[in-house]
Amino acid sequence: MASHNESIIREPLVTGTDITYAKVTNDVLKPVENMPTKAWWIGFAIASLAACLWVFAVSWTFWYGIGSWGLNKTVGWAWDITGFVWWVGIGHAGTLISAILLLFRQNWRNSINRSAEAMTIFAVICAATYIVAHMGRPWMAVYSLPFPNQYGSLWVNFNSPLIWDVFAISTYFSVSLVFWYTGLLPDMATIRDRATGIRRRIYSVLSFGWTGSVKTWQRFETVSLILAGISTPLVLSVHTIVSMDFATSLEPGWHTTIFPPYFVAGAIFSGFAMVQTLLLVLRKVLGLENYITMFHIESMNKIILVTGSIVGVAYLTEFFIAYYSGGEYEQYTFLNRFVGPYWWAGCMMYGCNVLMTQMMWFKKVRTNIPVSWVLSIVVNIGMWFERFVIIVVSLHRDYIPSSWAMFYPTWIDMSIFIGSIGVFFTLFLLFIRVAPSIAMAEVKLLLKSSSEQAKKKLMDDGHVDESHAEFYKESLTKFDSVELSQYEKA
Amino acid sequence: MSSTKFILGLFDDPDVMMHGIDKLQKNSVPIYDVYTPMPIHGIDDKLGIKPSRLGYAAFMFGCLGGTTIFSLVYYFLVHDWPMNIGGKPAFAVPDFIPVTFEWTVLFTAFGMTITFFFATHLFPGRAPRVMDFRATDDRFVIAIDAKGNIPHEDITNILKEAGAVEIKHNDRKYVSYE
Repeated sequence: MASHNESIIREPLVTGTDITYAKVTNDVLKPVENMPTKAWWIGFAIASLAACLWVFAVSWTFWYGIGSWGLNKTVGWAWDITGFVWWVGIGHAGTLISAILLLFRQNWRNSINRSAEAMTIFAVICAATYIVAHMGRPWMAVYSLPFPNQYGSLWVNFNSPLIWDVFAISTYFSVSLVFWYTGLLPDMATIRDRATGIRRRIYSVLSFGWTGSVKTWQRFETVSLILAGISTPLVLSVHTIVSMDFATSLEPGWHTTIFPPYFVAGAIFSGFAMVQTLLLVLRKVLGLENYITMFHIESMNKIILVTGSIVGVAYLTEFFIAYYSGGEYEQYTFLNRFVGPYWWAGCMMYGCNVLMTQMMWFKKVRTNIPVSWVLSIVVNIGMWFERFVIIVVSLHRDYIPSSWAMFYPTWIDMSIFIGSIGVFFTLFLLFIRVAPSIAMAEVKLLLKSSSEQAKKKLMDDGHVDESHAEFYKESLTKFDSVELSQYEKA
Repeated sequence: MSSTKFILGLFDDPDVMMHGIDKLQKNSVPIYDVYTPMPIHGIDDKLGIKPSRLGYAAFMFGCLGGTTIFSLVYYFLVHDWPMNIGGKPAFAVPDFIPVTFEWTVLFTAFGMTITFFFATHLFPGRAPRVMDFRATDDRFVIAIDAKGNIPHEDITNILKEAGAVEIKHNDRKYVSYE
C-alpha cells in the first residue's frame, strides 16, 4: 500500500518538500516536452560528429578489409575485442539495476533504472557493431547462425564459446529491449495524455494504448517481476560466456577458471561507473537532483567499491595462481604485465581499477560529486585497459620469440573506438529527448513512503523516537538537494 | 433521462481512493474499473480480480524454448552431422547447456510479454481508451458505469464524501477519441 510508512532512519529516496504526483510528471517530462537546450545541442553535435566518424571508419573497414587495422600475425585480436568486451561490460549495470535490485526490493533503483536500462541497450548496440565489424566481411555474420546450407549441411559448432556468445548477446539485447520497453509503456502513455496533435498520435502508437487500468497494472507487475527473475541469471550468463571466449583457450593469461566471476564483477564495476558518469551530468543538466539524490550517488559508489575490490581480489588470485602453478609461461605472462613493453597498460589497469577505487572507502569521496565523476571516468579507462591487457598483452608474446610483436593501432582502430562512443552518446541524448529519463510511475510509488516530505511529516506529527530523528537529520547533511535549515528549528 | 454514460471519481491520493472503493462497495455500487498512474497494490483484491496467470504462461514458454534449442542442437551435432573432436562424444551435454539456457530465457521473455500484450490488448497503434487524461499523471480515477446505477446523485455524494477532488459525469465512455 502506498500509505506504508518507512522507518525514519532510512535515508529519503526523493528529496524536496513540495513534491506532488503532478510535479514528478512535470519535472521528468521537462526535457521531453520542451525544445532542447543549448547544452543538449552542443552535446548532440559533438556526439553525432563522432558517430559520423564511426560510420566512416566502419565503412572503410568493410571496403578495405581488416587489413586497415593494426592487427598482425601475433596480435590477431586487439581493439575490436577490447571494445566489444568493454561495451558489453558497461551494459551489465542497467540489467543489474533493473533486475537484481528489483528482486532485492531496493527501491532506490526506481529513479535510476530507466536511464540505466537505456544505457544498457545502447552499450550492447555498440558491442554488437564491434562483432559485425571485426568479421571484416559483415555478410559473413549469417554463418554464425545455424541455417541449412550447401556444405552438408554443416552446422555451426555448438561446442564453441563463440557460438554461445552469439546466442548470449542476441538474447541479452532482445530481452533487455523487451524489459525496457514494457517498463516504458506507462510513461509513454503519460506523455501521450498530456500532448496534442501529431505528438499525441506518435506517443499513442508508442504507448500501445496503455490506460493504467487495474488489470493492466496487475499483469504489468507480474511481467516485470518474471522478467527481472530471468534477466538476473541472464546477465550473469552473458559475461560468463564472454569470459569463456578467452578462458576455454590455451593462451597463458586467458586460460584460467576464475574468469567468469572475475568478468562479471568487472562488468558490473564498469557499468556502474558509466551509469555514474551519465547520471551525475543528467541530474544537473535536467534538474533532477530531487530524484537522483546523494543517496543514489553514494549507493552506486559503494557498489563500485565492492565490485572494484572483487576485481582486485581476482587480480591477486591470478598472480598467486600464476606463481603457485609453477607454469613458466603463465608466470611470464603475469610478470610481463609489469616489466614488459606494455608495463604502462598494466599500470593503468591495476592503478585505475584497484588503487583509485579504494578511495571510495572515504565517505567524503563517495559524496563528492566532482570527485565521483572523475573516478567514474577513471574506472571506465581502467576497465578498457583491463581488456586491452588481457587481450593484447597476453597475445603479443607468442610461444616462439621470433613471433613476438607489438600492436600499433591505426587511425581506423582509433576512429572506430571514438566513433562507438559517439554512437552511444548520440543514442543516449536522443533517448532523453523522446522518452522520460526517470521511470515516473515507479518514482510516484515512493512519494508517500520514502520521500523526504513523508518523513518530515512523520517527524512533525511527533510519531518518531527523538534519537531516530536525530540520526535521520544527521544523514541528511550529505544531501545537496535538502534544505537543512528547515530541520534546525525542530 | 440524463445522457451520462460514466461517472468518474477523481482522487489525488491513492489511500483516499482505496477508501472510496470501500465506500462504493459498501453501498453496493459496482465499480467498472480503476485507472491509476502507478500500480496500487490491493485494488485487484477489492475488485475481485484474480491473480495473473502469466507466470504459468512464462513457465510453459521457457520449457518450450529450452526443449526447442536442445532438440535442434541434438539434431545438428549428434544426429545429422556428428563431428569427431579428439574422439570425444558428439552428445556433449555440458556444451549444450549455455544455448539451452539462453533460449529458455528468450522464449520466456518474448512469450510472456507477447501474451501480456495480447491479453491486455496492447499493441502499437491501438486507440487508447482513456476515460480521463490525468489518470496517467496525478489522478486516481474510479469509473462507474452510469447505466443502471441510479440515482447518479447518490453516487456523486458517496464519492464526494469519500474525498474525491473532482467528480465527472461523462457523456462519452472514452475521451481520447477525436
